[in-house]
Amino acid sequence: MLAGSRNFKANAERAIRDADLQQELRKLSGGFAVARVKAAENLPEFDALRDAARDIKDHTLENLDLYLERYERKAVEAGAHVHWCRDAEQARQTILDICRKLGARTVTKGKSMIAEEIALNDFLEAHAVEPVETDLGEYIIQLRREPPSHIIAPAIHVTKEGVAKAFREHHKGHDPGRPLDEPPVMLAEAREILRQRFLQADVGITGANFLIAETGSSVIVTNEGNGDLTQTLPKAHIVLASIEKVIPMLEDLSTILRVLARSATGQEMSVYTTISTGPRRADDADGPGEYHVVLLDNGRSDMIGTEFEEMLRCIRCGACMNNCPVYQQIGGHAYGWVYPGPMGAVLTPSLIGIDEAGHLPNASTFCGKCEEVCPVRIPLPKMMRHWREREFERHLTPARARWALKGWAFAATRPRLYRLLTGAAMPLLSRFGRRSGRFRTLPLAGGWTSVRDMPAPEGRTFMQQWRSRTRAEADRSPPKP
Amino acid sequence: MAEPRFHVALFVTCLVDLFRPTVGFAAIRLLEDAGCRVSVPALQTCCGQPAYNSGDRNDAKRIARQVVAAFQGFDYVVAPSGSCAGMISKHYPELFRDDPDERGKVAALARRTFELVSFLTDVCGVSAVDARFDGSVTYHDSCSGLRELDVKRQPRRLLASIEGLSLREHTEAEVCCGFGGTFCVKYPKISDRMVTRKTDDIAATGAETLLAGDMGCLLNLAGKLKREGSTVRSRHVAEVLAGMADGPAIGEGRD
Repeated sequence: MLAGSRNFKANAERAIRDADLQQELRKLSGGFAVARVKAAENLPEFDALRDAARDIKDHTLENLDLYLERYERKAVEAGAHVHWCRDAEQARQTILDICRKLGARTVTKGKSMIAEEIALNDFLEAHAVEPVETDLGEYIIQLRREPPSHIIAPAIHVTKEGVAKAFREHHKGHDPGRPLDEPPVMLAEAREILRQRFLQADVGITGANFLIAETGSSVIVTNEGNGDLTQTLPKAHIVLASIEKVIPMLEDLSTILRVLARSATGQEMSVYTTISTGPRRADDADGPGEYHVVLLDNGRSDMIGTEFEEMLRCIRCGACMNNCPVYQQIGGHAYGWVYPGPMGAVLTPSLIGIDEAGHLPNASTFCGKCEEVCPVRIPLPKMMRHWREREFERHLTPARARWALKGWAFAATRPRLYRLLTGAAMPLLSRFGRRSGRFRTLPLAGGWTSVRDMPAPEGRTFMQQWRSRTRAEADRSPPKP
Repeated sequence: MAEPRFHVALFVTCLVDLFRPTVGFAAIRLLEDAGCRVSVPALQTCCGQPAYNSGDRNDAKRIARQVVAAFQGFDYVVAPSGSCAGMISKHYPELFRDDPDERGKVAALARRTFELVSFLTDVCGVSAVDARFDGSVTYHDSCSGLRELDVKRQPRRLLASIEGLSLREHTEAEVCCGFGGTFCVKYPKISDRMVTRKTDDIAATGAETLLAGDMGCLLNLAGKLKREGSTVRSRHVAEVLAGMADGPAIGEGRD
């Protein structure tokens, strides 16, 4: 997927003008966010579990090489083929090679953000392998030829009417006059079509929410069961996972699962949690003949040991975006790449570069809500600030902002000069704004006054007034410690 | 009068200094009523947050050093702002985490620094104020105060002690107003949506006055309310707690 993050500002403004999108986004704060609060309240040990989940991920990251190698050994013992891939190109090629060896013409896909990250669908299509998304949301956006706008609810931006329109356009064999206004009707239609696709597919590709080092297993959580059909029916199952998905033990999985769905949708558990270990064994009733794991790095190992390492704790629940007051206004497409919202504001610059994604860590008020809800306590605002520091160091900050900042800092570090300047400016400003108490426009403050008034200062600064009041008294210098 | 309990240095904050001196005087009155002796160190300007949040660590550190030097020797440092108090108490230590020579002094200042209202209740043990305010108010929790310093119940507790005042909570009191320092001028359209969501919520309470503990949020919210032609008045919570809410509200004229 080509990054559009440079156009963040224009994207966001378009999103704000999009009435349909705004209607769908309003459901976010009332839906997932409220459900999360209830789920957390109903589990007294929720916060303790968050600490435990954080600790599991931290421990794993500290010993990532060890756990990845253990995972590989166990997976291979169970009959898996493990493919280590440095970057997107290598991962795409590896997957295509597997498909070609099996003569695959269609592949079904469970929801995978890594597949989005490496733009797998476009690549497969270009090489005559047809990918079919089987998660309903992913299926909808595939028909609409759009990227996801949310990491767990990819089609959250699409209205009911938008879904019906996509189905009418693409489900050619159906009666064009059929009613398609109720979600259950649309669901039934999608299910009917996807059933066929499941049976036709030669290869099934899923992501992985977790890889278990202890057993060599991969784990997916879904609400639709599509992942199970994707991975059990075809000849081969390809698991596409990034390296930080590994955790040490099955026991750890049970801990993290208890915070994952609660944080994401407010469910206690996702409807399906599927653990797969290797291909079909001799006495298995079903399952794929081959089981491949494509382990992707794509810049993640470079994050280890940097101030962005904690980002690798992320379990992709989406709570940070569900609760983000910025995301809630603009949706996911504005961010211009695969990962939107606060987690995207930190991860995207790590993966595609801060030059491309410079807006993302800046488009935050640092309100801290994302960190408050993160199940693995990732300090997202702190890391966004670190990105701003990198931008400032590399002079990527816009020149005007940079000079304004430098000028202000010059004065702020010279209290007497600062007193002189502010003591002259504020009373003057106050005099101009005295009648109405505010300004509708103000030179150099267009960003502010384009949308709101600027309240006028009261008059003389506090420090001026304080000095006059205390001048009579002896100098109130602080006592020596 | 009895010997003052604590010698407190007032960190005025740049926005109070420049836009709303009344809040500074209200803070002094509240602190003195709580039995503190209050000084106002002359060599203060700003906490450095604009530089810190813009990625300019060096200037942030230079300003922080100035604050550390100016506020030596007091029992406590108190700011009428969760944002500036949070900057000093939570972010200064992070700013100097790799400077062994300065870390200690910075940490000591961080420990002594408090947001005004929570200082009154949690350190001075104030549970009621001697003030009157006839009217209904709604209270916006500023993000830094709420999430960095756990300021939530303290202002409500003191407001409850004010005769004539009724509190009407808005449903999203904890949602960001869209100020965010330079955010509001860098992304005015997004900020506008965020502040409009707040002003709609505030208007729905029917409260006559909006209160908050941070001038940043208040300039943004008052500016938007005024632009919308709303009759809701905006004040810093300290003005009401100190019984100094008789002058023009934020963004209101004198005639």
